[in-house]
This record gives sequence, C-alpha cells and structure tokens, in this order.
Amino acid sequence: MKLLITLITALSLGSTSIAATLINGAGATFPYPIYSKWFSEYQKVSSEVQINYQSIGSGGGIKQFSDRTVDFGASDAPMTDEQIEKVKGDVLHVPTVLGAVVLTYNLPTLKKELRLTPGVIADIFLGKITKWNDERIKKANPGLELPTSDIMVVRRSDGSGTTNIFTEYLSKISPDWASKVGKGTAVNFPVGLGGKGNEGVTGLVKQTPGAIGYVELIYALNNKLAFADVENKSGQFIKPSTKSVTAAAAEYFKTTKKSEIPEDLRISLTNSAGKGAYPISAFTFILVNKTLPKGKGESIQKFLEWAVSSGQKFAEDLGYAKLPNELTPRVSKMIKGIQVK
Amino acid sequence: MTTIAKRPKDVHLGDRVFALSLKSIAAFVGIMLIAIGFFLAKASIPALNNSGFAFFVTSVWDPVQNVYGALPVIFGTIVSSLTALMIAGPMSVGVALFLTELAPAWIASVFGFLVQMLAAIPSVVYGLWGIFVLAPWMRETVQPTLSSSLGFLPLFQGPPYGVGMLTASLILAIMITPTIASICQEVFKAVPTAQRESALALGSTRWEMMKLAVLKTSKPGIFGAIILGLGRAFGETMAVTMVIGNRSEISFSLFAPGQTMASVIANEYAEATHDLHLSALAAVGLALFIVTIIINGTARVLISRITFKRQQA
Repeated sequence: MKLLITLITALSLGSTSIAATLINGAGATFPYPIYSKWFSEYQKVSSEVQINYQSIGSGGGIKQFSDRTVDFGASDAPMTDEQIEKVKGDVLHVPTVLGAVVLTYNLPTLKKELRLTPGVIADIFLGKITKWNDERIKKANPGLELPTSDIMVVRRSDGSGTTNIFTEYLSKISPDWASKVGKGTAVNFPVGLGGKGNEGVTGLVKQTPGAIGYVELIYALNNKLAFADVENKSGQFIKPSTKSVTAAAAEYFKTTKKSEIPEDLRISLTNSAGKGAYPISAFTFILVNKTLPKGKGESIQKFLEWAVSSGQKFAEDLGYAKLPNELTPRVSKMIKGIQVK
Repeated sequence: MTTIAKRPKDVHLGDRVFALSLKSIAAFVGIMLIAIGFFLAKASIPALNNSGFAFFVTSVWDPVQNVYGALPVIFGTIVSSLTALMIAGPMSVGVALFLTELAPAWIASVFGFLVQMLAAIPSVVYGLWGIFVLAPWMRETVQPTLSSSLGFLPLFQGPPYGVGMLTASLILAIMITPTIASICQEVFKAVPTAQRESALALGSTRWEMMKLAVLKTSKPGIFGAIILGLGRAFGETMAVTMVIGNRSEISFSLFAPGQTMASVIANEYAEATHDLHLSALAAVGLALFIVTIIINGTARVLISRITFKRQQA
C-alpha cells in the first residue's frame, strides 16, 4: 500500500513538472472541429501550451464554466442575464467564428431552389401552413411548380445551439412564435417529428418526401443537402453560405449605431438587415473570466488573441464563417482587457 | 436435503484477505445501486417540490416556460413497451418451444446462437437500421396497409410518418426477443423429461404434450421472462430515440410520434441549463429507476421460484 502511494505521488509530481501549461475547456459541440484544429495548430506556435476540450454541449459548457471546473467554457448562445448574475458578472464573451442554420427540404420534383420568406417559415413551424402548394409559398416562388403534398416538419429532439439560433430568429420575426413557443435550446414545438442531432434530422428529411427541417449550415454543406434561400430584412433572398453569414455580421456593424452595439459583444445577429446578409446567423463564443490566475492566464489570453486573428484562416476550409474585419479590433481589445493576477 | 458440515474458520491470511476483498466488491455493487437512487432522489427534489404530484399527471413539457409534466413520456414508455411485448412475447415463447422441443440438436444450437446474437447488436445499430430500413418500409408498406384495412380503429389513424410509436415498438420487440427466448428456454429445459414422457404415454399428441407438460407448468417462468423483457424495453434509449419521432404528446394512434422517459433524458440532458429543467429530467430518471427495479425484482422472484421448486423435486 505504502509503495503504491509513493508511486502515485511520484508519477503525478513527475507529470506536472514535465507537462506544459494545461488548459481545460468544455462546451459547444458545433465549433469542436475548428477548435480542435486551433488547439493542434497553436501547439506549433506555442509548444508549452496544451489545451483540452470536451465537446459536451453549450449547456454543459455554461454549467462547467459557472462551477469553475474548467478554465474556459464555450457556447453557441451567449449566457442569459440570469446566468451572468449567477457568476456575479465575471464573464467575457469572446466571439470566435460564426454559424448559421439552414432549412433543408425534400421535394424531388422541384426544378429550382426553394425560396422562403420569414412569415412562411414561422407559419410552417407553427403548423399554420400545411401544404406545399400554399398560396404564400407560391407567391415567394413565382414560376416554380410546387407539389400538392403535405408539409412534414422535422426538428431537433435533443437540446441544441442550432435550435436556439433558429427559435431566436423565429421569435424575432413572428410575434406569434414569440408568445406561443419562445426561444431556447429545447422548446415545445407545436408540430413535427424530432430527430436526434443534425444527422437525425437529415435522416428523416432525406427519407420523407415533403419534409422540411433545419440543420447547421456546415452539416448541410458537407452532406450536399438541398436548402432554401431565405428572405432577409431588406427583402433579398439570400443563399446560405460562409460568405453570406460573414456578410450578416459585417452588415450588422455597418448598419448598427456604435452606441447600440453591446459592449460585452453578446450580439444577436439573427434577422440582420443589409446587402447579402443571411438572416439566420449567429456567433459562437468562448467564455472566460475577467480575471485569470497568473501562468495559465497569459496562455489563455495569447491563445485567444491568436484564434481571432491568425486562427481565422482555418475557418473557411472547415466550413465556418470567419469573423468580419469590423469586429476584430473590438475582440482584441476585449481579450487584452483580461486581467492576470 | 443434506446439510453441509460447517467448515472451520479460515486460518490462512491469504484466504481471509481474498474473502474480504470479494466481500467489499460485492458490497460496492450494492452501495452503487443505493447511491444512484439517492442521487436521483436528491436531484429531483426541486422539480417535485415545484409541481408536486402534478409532475406525473400533467402533459405539457415546455423547457422555455419551465413547465414540466411527465405524463406523455410515461405514457410513451408504457405504450411502446407493452406493444413490443405483445409482439415479442408470443414470438419468443414460440422460438424457445421450437428450440427445446422440436428442433434437432444441431439446429437448436445454431439457431439458438443466432437468436443470442441479436442481443449482442449495439442498440445504436438497431436505431440506424430503424431509420434507414424499417421506417421507410413502415411508411410505404405497413402503415398504408394497416390504415386501409384496420383504419377504423383509432390505433391506426393519422398520416404514415414511418417513424413513431409502432416503429419504435417493433424495434423494441426485436431487441427483447433474445432476452425472453433464452429465459423461456431455460425454463422449458427445467421441465423433467419424465413429465413429457408420461404425457406422451397417456396418448397425447406432440402439441398436447407441450401444452400440458411443458407450457402449463412453466407459466410463472414464462411470465417472469416476459417481465424481464419489459424491464429491458422500459430502459432502452438509443434505438427508440432514433425512431420514435420524439414528441411529448399523448396520442392513441400507434402511427403518431411519441417520446419515452429514457429518450427525453438522452435528448435534453446535455443542453439543459436551467436548474429546474435538470431536476425535472432527474425526476423522470428516478421514476424510471424505481419502476425498473420493481419490474426486475418481480421477474427474478417468479423465475427463481420455479427453478428452485424444480431443483428440490
């Protein structure tokens, strides 16, 4: 027994003295591919830092960050005022990349991409529009022959950041949605079948003619799904792509008054107006404390600065929309403002 | 019965250390069970305090408004499991009867092995098969046939989605068949050969022999096996979640999507941020935990009673 204890102590002492600064993070699954790319690329830049990330979901990320069991959290949705109060305001939201939600559908007879207006999307998901040849869908798609079949709504059954972005968008454009359903990572959908994960939704949509569902943009791109052009606030139909998502963020900074941009960067991008802006877009965030302990603190600070500048070049290849140039100075300022004690 | 003379106490240190370590391992398993129950009970207090007994009998599950009613998931669990049992029960008894009474030894061993292999397939694989093969088949063939022939029953009404309660029940039925069949087989094997021979000697046909000598005496055992299958169906998560349609709603149509206790936990736990939401999920878990323990306990008692009786005979 004694021997065992000595052995364990020796091992643990040994490993801490050899190992580099170990940083632990946990949270959103959506940015996991780019984060893990960043962690491995960053090791080439700064070999003494090792970052561990568990992709347990945004909810788990916020929880572990609030309980201080990790050095940083990650979430697709910014923390709510209530959640921030719980950590006594000690949180910075660092936007890292952008994501978007697309509407994928299964209409094999369609000759062209489907176009959807905000009102139509809301009413489909509220169960008010039930047929594909509904007058309002026809109006948005002049000249397109639409089938007479029923619309089958598919949505996520598991709690998800994707659902959060989508329901936030619906709450903004439809007062009916806002009062009846609301926004959140899991909501009480009035109609539809639930699929688990992006793959579950896709599986159901692909197999059911007449189905419509929402998935993450990257997932739709990688799997070559058909998805709809969505009308934005300025009346343009926009095809979702990494470019039109970055444009949504860029337009936000062009069109929003400086005084109205939230200081803490908890920016909601959905229903963004402006040229070429895809309306169902959102930032994903890394959550860090305003004051970090010495040693680890500098490493986290340096990594974040690298991620929002040099790290951005890896985004597009992996299908993520990068931060718009307008935002970069603000984020850098925020990261530089982290105090290390 | 013979009584074994009490052995003298172990004097060797090694023996005593070994016995002690085995005892602590056994105790650990028991403690784990109690600890899990304790954790679930503790975690579910806020939700149960908040809505009281209404938690189990109301049917709105809305994480945005923080309103939690578990009735639809309880309903979904019971309906999907019972439907599965109705399909798997007769099928498993038939399989077991064939394997013990009719099949030549080599067929019995090969076939028995194949049935056992069904139990070895990971449930996520069942789920994938369900999404890609079973659900389209249900949507295009089974459900239209059912609704055109038996559509007057409320059970088979509504649009054929492919996924839903019936599809989930079918998958469950396939998954619990090996459990029920293998226990039934053991139960049938425990029937003394003399009993079969006497039935045959009295002039019964083969079927009458099975009915009188085997099935009749095995009733409690079969019942126990079915209940064990029920226990497994109750807790099955992954495969069910993938094909049940995940909607917290009570519908009497088997075509409609539903949700089970296990699947709502698997779906929502990872992204639940509100304390009450987490607690509501824990309360669902507690209910599932208690029900499963009761079911499994009952089954064990029934099965052990029959095999114990046989051993004494």
